[in-house]
Amino acid sequence: MARILQLDTAVAELVNDGDTVAMEGFTHLIPMTAGHEIIRAGRRNLTLCRMTPDLIYDQLIGAGCARKLVFSWGGNPGVGSLHRFRDAIQNSWPVPLEIEEHSHAGMANRYVAGASGLPFAVLRGYAGTDLPAHTDTISTVRCPFTGEELAAVAALNPDVGVIHAQRADRAGNVQFWGITGVQKETVLASARSLVTVEELVDELPAQPGAVVLPSWAVTAVAEVPGGSHPSYAQGYSERDNTYYQDWDAISRDRERFRQWLDTEIHGSERSPR
Amino acid sequence: MSDELSEVPAASEFTSDEMMTVAASRSLHDGAVCFVGIGLPSTAANLARRTHAPGLVLIYESGTLGTKPQRLPLSIGDGVLAETADSVVGVPEIFNYWLQPGRVDVGFLGGAQVDRYGNINTTVIGDDYDSPEVRLPGAGGAPEIATSCGEVLIVMRHSPRAFVSDVDFITSVGHGRDGGARAELGLPGRGPVKVITDLGVLQPDERTNELTLTDLAPGVEVERVRAATGWPLRVAEELGAQQPPTDRELRILRELKATLGNGESS
Repeated sequence: MARILQLDTAVAELVNDGDTVAMEGFTHLIPMTAGHEIIRAGRRNLTLCRMTPDLIYDQLIGAGCARKLVFSWGGNPGVGSLHRFRDAIQNSWPVPLEIEEHSHAGMANRYVAGASGLPFAVLRGYAGTDLPAHTDTISTVRCPFTGEELAAVAALNPDVGVIHAQRADRAGNVQFWGITGVQKETVLASARSLVTVEELVDELPAQPGAVVLPSWAVTAVAEVPGGSHPSYAQGYSERDNTYYQDWDAISRDRERFRQWLDTEIHGSERSPR
Repeated sequence: MSDELSEVPAASEFTSDEMMTVAASRSLHDGAVCFVGIGLPSTAANLARRTHAPGLVLIYESGTLGTKPQRLPLSIGDGVLAETADSVVGVPEIFNYWLQPGRVDVGFLGGAQVDRYGNINTTVIGDDYDSPEVRLPGAGGAPEIATSCGEVLIVMRHSPRAFVSDVDFITSVGHGRDGGARAELGLPGRGPVKVITDLGVLQPDERTNELTLTDLAPGVEVERVRAATGWPLRVAEELGAQQPPTDRELRILRELKATLGNGESS
């Protein structure tokens, strides 16, 4: 059964130095506050997995938490580039960053294989691209029935999966809806999982199209209202687009980024939401 | 499309980006199923749905099928896409069930570089992948959009830096390094059928698949397009001229853009 924990306790317990950590949420329900807590906890040498390492991983990478990034699209959605991600790859600042690069279809299928307990997934993918030459978790497999050659990608099984959801009940059953991305697969593929939620409720109301993860498939739940800010949580909050735009200038400059870390992550008085 | 063009051309001024967006919009047929990305493709597809193609089916890679946003989305995860969709599915499903088997007619792509055979680079600038001059965002959904959609429309601003003879890295295949890759790889889709730029339209040559200038944007000369292209650009025997945006297209386009507020730029 999932345990209901405070966020700092959950991160301290579940996320260790050197772990492979997947924090998912496909531009919706991004577990931003959990990311901040990992920075605050001073975690190092993480392998960070995420289809769209947007602001959440730009911050973790800039803070020096990661040694490797597994991803498929690294940009500031709707705004432009991720400058901490670029600086780490191009200039090894603040520490060198190894990368393992896929397409969205490849990454999604890696999580599916991981969640399914299979060693790899099969897809029609990567045809004619230069990606397989640089990524050793992309290969090919021959169909035993037709002989057709298809792309194969290695399963992704993180040590910890972290997601943000709208609701959980007090038994730790988790419910999320809207754009649900690869969060279900991430939790099921991971050895341990942490779900931050907008609210804890006595009973989960019926919600059309919702994904429900039963308590026994989740390690820990933490109540973190606004935990996906500045991304949005459907039914709870909208995207804070100014934050995404402001991040461009903050992240462009190492000194400004350091100041941001000092005040917004390590400072005792952070900006109100 | 044809009835749009029969309208009186706008007397008002328009920008080259507006022309490019309108040209992209006109390339979408009513009833087509279209895989859309944020930015200009999203604007063009939503413009088409409000003008000549009310039955256009919009799919965003975040998992929204048949979405009908009343304003432009700020990102592919924008709630308006989920709230106005016929169905919202997970990301594995959007790629495996909907894109992969060929259910999508048209995919939109862009990038930092495109080459003479319509290959796209969104990965790295420079010859050394491990030590790039510029690290770009990466592939996203593009490699499989490029291979699985019925056809691909590329939309990019024209410049010698962007229109190169050979891309530094093939993120998404067009017609490969020698123009014949699609047949060799047995790819189901036709690949890039049009590259729409702020200066006009390029299309693959029927025989060689080399991108060739087929249409000029209003007020643009061939020499200007050649100067903005990093390979010796060939010109189609019958060079067409793009019709300027109609008043209606411009009005609806500007109304759409206004829904972004201070949002993204394209």
